[in-house]
Amino acid sequence: MTYETVIGVEVHAQLRTKSKMFCGCATTFGLSANSQTCPVCLGLPGSLPVINRMAVEMAVRAGLALNCTITPNNQFARKNYFYPDLPKGYQISQYESPICQHGWIEIVGAEGTKRVRIRRAHLEEDAGKNVHETGAGGSRVDLNRAGTPLLEIVTEPDMQSADEVVSYLKGLRDILMYLEVCDGNMEEGNFRCEPNLSLRPVGQKEFGTKVELKNINSFKYVKDAVEYEIKRQTKVLRDGGKIYQETRLWNIERGETAVMRSKEEAHDYRYFPDPDLVPLKLESDWIEGFRSSLPELPAVRRKRLQSDYGLSEYICGVLASDKNVLEYFESAAAEMGRFGLTKLEVGKELANCITVDFQGQLNKMTYAPNLTLATTPGTGPVPGPLWVASANLMELVARKIKGEISGPIYKAVLEKMVGTGKTASEIIEAEGLKQVSDEGTLEKVIDEVLGNSPEQVAQFKAGKQQVLGFLVGQVMKASGGKANPGKVNELLKKKLSA
Amino acid sequence: MSLHKLTLIDLQRKFAAGEVTATEIVRAYSLRISQVEPKVKAFVTQTREAACEQAEALDRKLKGWRKTMPLSGMPLAVKDNICTDGVPTTCSSRMLQNFVPPYDATVISKLRAQDYLLLGKTNLDEFAMGSSTENSAFGPSRNPWNLQCVPGGSSGGSAAAVAAEECVAALGSDTGGSIRQPAAFCGVVGLKPTYGLVSRYGLVAFASSLDQIGPITKNVSDAAFLLGAIAGHDPLDSTSIDRPVPDYLKALQKRDLKRLRVGVPVEFFTEGLDPEVDRTVRSAIEELSHLGAEVKEIRLPRTDAAVAVYYVVATAEASSNLARFDGVKFGFRAKETKDLLDLYIKTRQEGFGPEVKRRIMLGTYVLSAGYYDAYYGKAQAVRTLVCQDFEAAFKEVDVIVTPTTPTPAFKLGEKSEDPLQMYLSDIFTISVNLAGLPAISLPCGFSRAGLPIGLQLIGRAFEEETVLRAAHAYEQSTQWYHQKPILR
Repeated sequence: MTYETVIGVEVHAQLRTKSKMFCGCATTFGLSANSQTCPVCLGLPGSLPVINRMAVEMAVRAGLALNCTITPNNQFARKNYFYPDLPKGYQISQYESPICQHGWIEIVGAEGTKRVRIRRAHLEEDAGKNVHETGAGGSRVDLNRAGTPLLEIVTEPDMQSADEVVSYLKGLRDILMYLEVCDGNMEEGNFRCEPNLSLRPVGQKEFGTKVELKNINSFKYVKDAVEYEIKRQTKVLRDGGKIYQETRLWNIERGETAVMRSKEEAHDYRYFPDPDLVPLKLESDWIEGFRSSLPELPAVRRKRLQSDYGLSEYICGVLASDKNVLEYFESAAAEMGRFGLTKLEVGKELANCITVDFQGQLNKMTYAPNLTLATTPGTGPVPGPLWVASANLMELVARKIKGEISGPIYKAVLEKMVGTGKTASEIIEAEGLKQVSDEGTLEKVIDEVLGNSPEQVAQFKAGKQQVLGFLVGQVMKASGGKANPGKVNELLKKKLSA
Repeated sequence: MSLHKLTLIDLQRKFAAGEVTATEIVRAYSLRISQVEPKVKAFVTQTREAACEQAEALDRKLKGWRKTMPLSGMPLAVKDNICTDGVPTTCSSRMLQNFVPPYDATVISKLRAQDYLLLGKTNLDEFAMGSSTENSAFGPSRNPWNLQCVPGGSSGGSAAAVAAEECVAALGSDTGGSIRQPAAFCGVVGLKPTYGLVSRYGLVAFASSLDQIGPITKNVSDAAFLLGAIAGHDPLDSTSIDRPVPDYLKALQKRDLKRLRVGVPVEFFTEGLDPEVDRTVRSAIEELSHLGAEVKEIRLPRTDAAVAVYYVVATAEASSNLARFDGVKFGFRAKETKDLLDLYIKTRQEGFGPEVKRRIMLGTYVLSAGYYDAYYGKAQAVRTLVCQDFEAAFKEVDVIVTPTTPTPAFKLGEKSEDPLQMYLSDIFTISVNLAGLPAISLPCGFSRAGLPIGLQLIGRAFEEETVLRAAHAYEQSTQWYHQKPILR
């Protein structure tokens, strides 16, 4: 029998607020244990929660970008269970009235683009962390993370493969990062995903038994875990076995999933409206204000880049994966008019420059492994020590496009631009890197090269055209990269056929 | 006259005028406490020494330029479920026996800013669950009028301390009658404010949608005075209401009750009401009419459902509010536990008393999957009906008058074996919390056995002024509050 896979995903996205969901404590990651706490997030007797306005705004903006309906009357609920990292013995969450409902995003699936429906997205607070020490250290609780705002985003079971899940997660993460509502860092745990999947015989309407996957902190593990689980369930079913409703953990070392808890152990969370928080009413004018100020979203932007700049889907994906990189690209491209170039003319070279050459330069510097253009959230690209002003970069690329400088010179100039604040012209002038097109000067160099390469000259004359490339390279080298390659080509051909 | 016999307002006037120092006040109360506390047992923790130091500092501060605030130098007692920075806050529970909060409740911050003097933390039924203080892990308090009787509860310690003049006034909390019932039993004045008038931040929650902090005082003016000091919006409490705090003392200036419509709910004068209480309250109602009030009968038909609704809603909220007492972060932790589950079970088994456990179990049950709609959902629906009863009644009248309790104070041990009987002692006060209304209890006479009887006046939400004015007019024409228990 053949089976089809049905997958839904739950994502816990940590909202990028300065303070926690219900108190004024900072949300900074990685500080010493329990240093970011107060009576409220410690759950001390008598303390009371107060809703973080910024978290609500971020949830609304995310909901709008995910094509959701925003719930006007929100109620927070208590989810009751005991665990050491849960200071109050309950988590404040939303149950019956999630702030966002009935949305969708578009993903690229096996058969082209498709929609993944978002069932709901609700606000809740995070728990702390239990730290288990080996030996006599015992277990300790760090409550720095307790009370951090989360948006839990739940899809309908609309995905069928690991690739679709990854595509959905990347799309969702892009959107949240574009909106600056989530840092999207999976390793730090501020974008946590839990796929749930079941198999059913092709043609059957009813869903099979669902298994939830946890402990997945990279896109690679998402793919690995889902693929493993599909194989596992297929084998169990083919062998006539039964799938149990359970939560399974992805084991990175062993590359397999293992049972964490079964449905029989599932909690009765005894949800009820939190009497400490009055219902949260959202005015429609307020919501619409956010709708009208939403930025251009990644998918739309990618499509626009493809058509406007004639870029490939791949390179657009690379550019659009980081909002700051993309803004850098567009602010550089905006300068093209000064050089009499069009979008289609500059697109490819500029994109390559930023994603390959510039990135390569930065990678060389030990203290800057990534193209870190922005340092302050929400302000776009900010000049740092590694900065090359976007206008200067455009000038360099324009000179290359127009053939005013050769590839090697372009690279040399770029290298000297990074971090110095100098323009391409300044460097070219100062270093004497200006291109040589003067025929007399070039002929001298060519004669020298030809004199030193009798073998290659003979080969060319015998009809081996490829040798021309070698000879051009030799001339370029001899000229210190300054020779105009077009001119060299032309002159070489003339001389060889003479 | 000994200082401890003065009312809050009189003592405040004397202090503001410089006729008495803070140190003298603390010494007088300290003496009084050492004389009567062994009999009354109102306090869980006494802070007389710290109060003495604070008083000395205050006197030094006021030397030269005497600028006092309304509660400067006033010796108060605070119910031990209200958090006080650096002073143990036990909730009369083994669970919090050694718990010292690192922060002040908002009401305490307000009092501290005025240089009040804290004499101690008063006894209560564990986590405010009870009507007699017999559920305190540290033993019951006594009724100053008869030491064999309970002072009521849960704010029994605060009411007893005020009645025995161990403090000039006190703070209590009221979830189903916990200020008014002990005030009635002890012959003092207790006011439960409108839900949202006084911040709950720092009040250890029993039932969040019902709890309110309020004053317990010697007379109505003192209640108005103290209420003014603790009321007001608090950004730390989302359920507190942002509206200006009126001058409650000013509201008392009008002495007659002309054009005030007073409603007497027939449902409160039926079986179970002690005949002496019935007679006493009816003559109080007559007095109100002599003062010019227009008295008429009204109906509150859902009164009989209020106790049931209360014990579903309050226990549901309590079961969740008390989940944080798990032995992990603060408070009591059981010793020698095998694993995490064992730690939870033993800690809660040993840390909580029987009544608290009973209510946690009841509350957990009514919220459970499959029972939620039948109990919690239904109770919330009926709660709305109880509110509608009051809304309808308040279209016809301005104030509702009832007995505060069905009987005067009962004997220690009399009801402690019968939870249901105990629950019924709050039958007249509970519906007020469900509707979030303001209500006051004040003395209106005595039983033949010499026990005080309380009169309850209920008002519309945020109409404390009306309630206080009616109570004050009655009090001034009857003067019951001048009678004091004799503590031998």
